[in-house]
Amino acid sequence: MEQTIRVGGHARGLAATGRTDRWWVGTLLTLLGLTGFVAYATWAAFQPGHFFHDPYISPFSSPLLFVRPGAAGAAPLQHAWFGAWPSWWPSWLPASPSLLILIFPLSFRLTCYYFRKAYYRAYAASPPGCAVGALPRSEYRGETGLLIFQNLHRYALYFILVFMVVHYYDTFWAFFRDGVFGVGVGSIVLTIDAALLTLYVFGCHSWRHLLGGKLDCFSCDASSRLRHGAWRKASILNASHGLFGWLSLFWVAFSDYYVRMVSMGRIHDFSTWG
Amino acid sequence: MPERRFRVWRGDARGGGFQEYAVEVDPGMVVLDVIHRIQARQANDLAVRWNCKAGKCGSCSMEINGRPRLGCMTRMNMFGADEVITVQPLKTFPVVKDLVTDVAWNYERNKRIPPFKPRPRGADGQHRMMQNDVDRVQEFRKCIECFLCQDVCHVLRDHDRKDAFVGPRFMIRLASLEMHPLDAADRIPAVRAEFGSGLCNITRCCTEVCPEHIGITDNGIIPLKERVVDRYYDPIQWLARRIFGRGGEH
Repeated sequence: MEQTIRVGGHARGLAATGRTDRWWVGTLLTLLGLTGFVAYATWAAFQPGHFFHDPYISPFSSPLLFVRPGAAGAAPLQHAWFGAWPSWWPSWLPASPSLLILIFPLSFRLTCYYFRKAYYRAYAASPPGCAVGALPRSEYRGETGLLIFQNLHRYALYFILVFMVVHYYDTFWAFFRDGVFGVGVGSIVLTIDAALLTLYVFGCHSWRHLLGGKLDCFSCDASSRLRHGAWRKASILNASHGLFGWLSLFWVAFSDYYVRMVSMGRIHDFSTWG
Repeated sequence: MPERRFRVWRGDARGGGFQEYAVEVDPGMVVLDVIHRIQARQANDLAVRWNCKAGKCGSCSMEINGRPRLGCMTRMNMFGADEVITVQPLKTFPVVKDLVTDVAWNYERNKRIPPFKPRPRGADGQHRMMQNDVDRVQEFRKCIECFLCQDVCHVLRDHDRKDAFVGPRFMIRLASLEMHPLDAADRIPAVRAEFGSGLCNITRCCTEVCPEHIGITDNGIIPLKERVVDRYYDPIQWLARRIFGRGGEH
């Protein structure tokens, strides 16, 4: 029963649709939001300094693998896991700690089941909206061709779990300056950052699957009953995965911006340390 | 009674066009009611498929102002007073006449899904399962086979990959069988190859249009894709299976 799809009166071609609502608003906001984040993160990743202001370290630079002593706004040498900046580092690249680590959280968000929807719609027009014409292709292959790497989302999850622990470590120490407990605006900013990242990661589809979703029987033994409980809790967060994805994306950039501004002396960090 | 303007696509597989109708609309009417009024008073030969008028049979799927919807669940008061309402057949399937499409492809694909294969009974001769085990499956059983998800899926709608992708409706049928605690069949190789799970790029339009609010993407398709990852793309799971046998999958 061959026929052209024009039968039925449907428009054909990129972004062609009979929809009369403002379907493009969500796509446009996604495009602006993701582009804004990528632009800021790229700029920040190439800044060699101002990622630290005692006791705060920017989440864009943590875990801090190496540090170049003496760089403006850089952390003291003892904060770096592996010491001084390596001599083999190409001179044409700024000695920015972010360049060494951002690939890991980036890969988690890049392969995230929620953000895949967001950027497939906003950047690839695949499709730009529901019942809106997708970008025509000679042969659509979905995630079976070049995009087959999307299947490795769970590995990005393993890395982000480590990052989450590091974020909490940084957050804990953000309440101590020179060994004295206190609270600053930066302490609260970094606490919110760690909390939002947790809500985002623990609602991850791969996490939910590994916790218990892969089981067929939830009641067969004590282990599966335990995993069912964990799966249900992850499912609650999973229902808002996109929301937490956006909130944590915005907040991690804001946290970096805040620490950077405080480090540069452009913002005064109100705190109990005086 | 206010009069509303409708544009209804009229024609068959050879072609057709939009026909305009001015219709009196009563309070509480849905789009399907208006289509029936047009049929009764102005166009007796207007073809529309319908049955229950209660959103449970899945027959009256159509595209209303460009969105795949059930005619019987689309209330007239959701439209602006002067809004022209355009009604079309589903885009993804061949038109039979006017608003009726031939959805037989779906039934043909459904036949290819390996059916439920029960595990051996327990020592007491019984099959047992708990409610917790079938909550997920019961969500998928709410499907009324309206095929709105199939219609909106861009893999089928725009790229016409009916040869390679079974579509959201049957991905959730596969999920309901794969997740069933008493089922013993292994469909994961077919989910990946024959049914084309990799072609879904999870843009979630199927979930957005589902009148039963089934979490098609989050609860059906993505868990299936993760099971495919377990089997084909995760070297740690592969190693675990080699060492511990099938238990490595769980």
